[in-house]
Amino acid sequence: MNTKSLKIAVASGKGGTGKTLVAINLALSVGADQVLDCDVEEPNDHIFLKPSEIKSEPVELLVPVIDEEKCTYCRKCAEFCQYNALFVAGETAMVFNELCHSCGGCKLVCPENAITEQPRSIGEIFTGNAKGIELVYGKLNIGEAIAVPIIAAVKERSKEEGLVILDSPPGSACPVVESVMDTDYVIMVTEPTPFGLHDLEVATEVVRQLGIPLGVVVNFAGIGDRGVYEYCEKMGIPIIMEIPYDRHIAELYSRGTPFTDEMTEWKPKFKQLLERIKEELQ
Amino acid sequence: MKVAVSSTGNTIDSMMDPRFGRCGTFLIVDTETMEAQPVANMSVSAAHGAGIGAAQKVASLGVKAVISGHFGPNAHMALSGAGVDIYTVQSGTVKEAVELLKKGQLNKVSSPTVGGHFGQGRGRGGGRPR
Repeated sequence: MNTKSLKIAVASGKGGTGKTLVAINLALSVGADQVLDCDVEEPNDHIFLKPSEIKSEPVELLVPVIDEEKCTYCRKCAEFCQYNALFVAGETAMVFNELCHSCGGCKLVCPENAITEQPRSIGEIFTGNAKGIELVYGKLNIGEAIAVPIIAAVKERSKEEGLVILDSPPGSACPVVESVMDTDYVIMVTEPTPFGLHDLEVATEVVRQLGIPLGVVVNFAGIGDRGVYEYCEKMGIPIIMEIPYDRHIAELYSRGTPFTDEMTEWKPKFKQLLERIKEELQ
Repeated sequence: MKVAVSSTGNTIDSMMDPRFGRCGTFLIVDTETMEAQPVANMSVSAAHGAGIGAAQKVASLGVKAVISGHFGPNAHMALSGAGVDIYTVQSGTVKEAVELLKKGQLNKVSSPTVGGHFGQGRGRGGGRPR
């Protein structure tokens, strides 16, 4: 762990459990230095933080361009591509840009040097400031299939000093791995239902594989069943906070208001949450 | 002429599979002799681009036409680009499909018949990829 910075990712497995709620209210309550919204398919931290002076930059990927003057249609590139981004048959060679992962392998295997690479825009990242917090978020262009390069571009802006909160996308696949990788701690937000538990188990397995310490925040506490609590006890995962199923919190959320702005009694609870995480990391 | 038919099994009497990119097997049928050679479709479990991978496979086997139930936009683009004729049939066995083709009773399609992710088994549209 870098002693100058503390990077905490907020993940969940299941969508809609309250990652953004926890990330934003934690960041505001403890005065984080930076929030990275890694959910580039549905970014929403900016709705709560309302940043100003937003600057945008394009995110580009290199994709192959085939020179059909040189191409002998040998298919080596298409056979090499694990993502089916290249199609070669008869005297036709096609590139399906949105499937390309920009590994550059096709260019390397082409015996005719017929492949060059060209940048292609797949989205944008935005940087702004809100209440002393720098917010960085990304947006994947509609129709694009691969979110990871945008997440990587957001994370490239990560501060190396101070407290950085990363709001991860839901799920447990590549975008989540990219988001939580190299963070110091992962807060798993779940709901105490069989659905929350199912996805929590999968996402927990991913985070444990990556060797990152984690704790669970139970949101909507009071609904559902005891499954999440029993699982955490069995697995030795600390439950570091419970947020009740509360109409007032939901109403504030629906208006884009961080609930700790109005329910100020929660600010010390989020400060304690941060202290608890620091203790866990000792 | 050699045609590829998306199939649920390895013989010419197998039921046709309505999905092109994510069928289990292609039967490569010689329309003269009605001999059928099964070829596994390795794209059945591809995360993305199953239609392109499947098109690559059948095109490299030298087929002149493909018969399936539905073709997505990428599969359609790849097959058309390779000059492979595309036919649709809604049900029946592989043999019946080829017989219909020989009688000129199959629809030749000139545009994709479904959106992307059709055969992925999460309902049409596929949902958010994870």
